[in-house]
Amino acid sequence: MRVNLEINGEQHTADDVWPGESLLYVLRERLGLPGAKNACEQGECGSCTVYLDGTPVCACLVAAGQAEGRSVRTVEGLGGEDRLDPVQDAFVRTGAVQCGFCTPGLVIAAHDLVHRNPHASDAEIREALAGNLCRCTGYEKILDAVRLAASTVAGERA
Amino acid sequence: MDFLRPASLAEALAAKAENPAAVPIAGGTDVMVELNFDRRRPPALLDLGRVAELARWGEENGHVRLGATVSYTRIVEELGTVLPGLAMAARTVGSPQIRNRAGVGGNLGSASPAGDAHPPLLAAGAEVELASVRGTRTVPVGEFFLGPKRSALAEDELITAVLVPRAAGPQQFAKVGTRNAMVIAVCSFGLALDTAARSVGTGIGSAGPTPLRAAEAEEFAAAALPWDEPAALDEATAREFGELVAAAARPIDDVRGSAAYRRHALAVLARRTLRWAWQDVSGGR
Ligand SMILES: Cc1cc2nc3c(=O)[nH]c(=O)nc-3n(C[C@H](O)[C@H](O)[C@H](O)COP(=O)(O)OP(=O)(O)OC[C@H]3O[C@@H](n4cnc5c(N)ncnc54)[C@H](O)[C@@H]3O)c2cc1C
Ligand code: FES
Ligand code: FES
Repeated sequence: MRVNLEINGEQHTADDVWPGESLLYVLRERLGLPGAKNACEQGECGSCTVYLDGTPVCACLVAAGQAEGRSVRTVEGLGGEDRLDPVQDAFVRTGAVQCGFCTPGLVIAAHDLVHRNPHASDAEIREALAGNLCRCTGYEKILDAVRLAASTVAGERA
Repeated sequence: MDFLRPASLAEALAAKAENPAAVPIAGGTDVMVELNFDRRRPPALLDLGRVAELARWGEENGHVRLGATVSYTRIVEELGTVLPGLAMAARTVGSPQIRNRAGVGGNLGSASPAGDAHPPLLAAGAEVELASVRGTRTVPVGEFFLGPKRSALAEDELITAVLVPRAAGPQQFAKVGTRNAMVIAVCSFGLALDTAARSVGTGIGSAGPTPLRAAEAEEFAAAALPWDEPAALDEATAREFGELVAAAARPIDDVRGSAAYRRHALAVLARRTLRWAWQDVSGGR
């Protein structure tokens, strides 16, 4: 089947989609957008997190056909060729990226949080990131990154 | 495999009647795991994501009619006051990403004894609304579950909503697991007090072939709680309530815990939640 969807502001069409495949598969294997990562395919790790109509979801648990006509935003759509989004920048500055596999998913989850609630407490940050696993950093640097990103966003709003 | 995309409830029911083997997909958080791991190859998926009627909730004559696909995130944000027990349980489901997609219809559809929505729905005395081209019927949630992953849903039916009485007193939910997020309950317990009717509702999760009520514990607590002078809840009442809840469970040993542990933990959860709920009564809330 054919799936039409908007990704990072542009219209895309994927052909020969098997109806049981996931949005994650469409993004990575059919449309050449490997930002969202595939690790568990069962919703446990969050490395495939993308925005679907503005809400963070596990792309591995969205059926391709469910994304028809919807709007998706992936990590590729946050910054630009030569510009990092403040959340990405905060991850780099605080050393929250080691192997980097978990980073795209965490960046989307963190991006969502700091825009919903730039004054999130540590408990709220942990809660917001509870669906994203990282095997390298031990999470402390990731918490630093989110605090930095949140203060940047709060500053931009003030 | 076909992908059916009804745009209304009428279309969805017609599609289900024509293709009874089609698997409904709401949030996909159970269905997609099965597809990704090749555990299931249905002839068709029936996407409920475009059926607006299923994504709404509203209040009618003392109860909330909660559409099958209202997400857990929305339940937490919008229903914390009218359905506090269900909202507490919703808060413990999976992770933000899971709660953004999944809802009660899928939880009931999977009919896992561990589903977190089930204990609060049992405790509150909810009914499940089932619809097909033949008509609509409601089933008390306690009669909906027939066994592990088996329910009263007929092959041409869809779950359209749950009808949950508006809370008439404090409600609680507690769940045992290895961490706060991403945990399938080792066991769980839902409690609902009705301070006007002076009755107590219970729901036991993940400790039997289906979610269970603890009828004897309910009767005991309704009679023993000091409704007239709500200041004090004595230790003996809390303990006896816990023991009766544990006795109502029918747990098994599995990878998540032993039957003995589940019984013990349920007794603890039951007396704790009763204490918390009673504090709200005696504190005048
Ligand atoms: C990482 C992860 C963590 C999880 N954590 C929890 C947890 O903490 N607690 C918990 O209870 N569950 C948990 N689950 C399981 C799952 O999220 C829940 O069961 C959820 O409620 C399913 O809802 P859904 O909309 O995603 O259902 P779907 O996957 O879309 O559907 C589930 C089943 O119900 C059927 N169905 C769906 N809607 C209808 C309908 N309207 N009428 C008839 N049949 C229908 C489907 O055909 C399917 O059989 C978790 C799952 C994952 C992947
Ligand atoms: S790949 Fe989707 S959550 Fe792990
Ligand atoms: S940086 Fe390696 S998994 Fe997180």
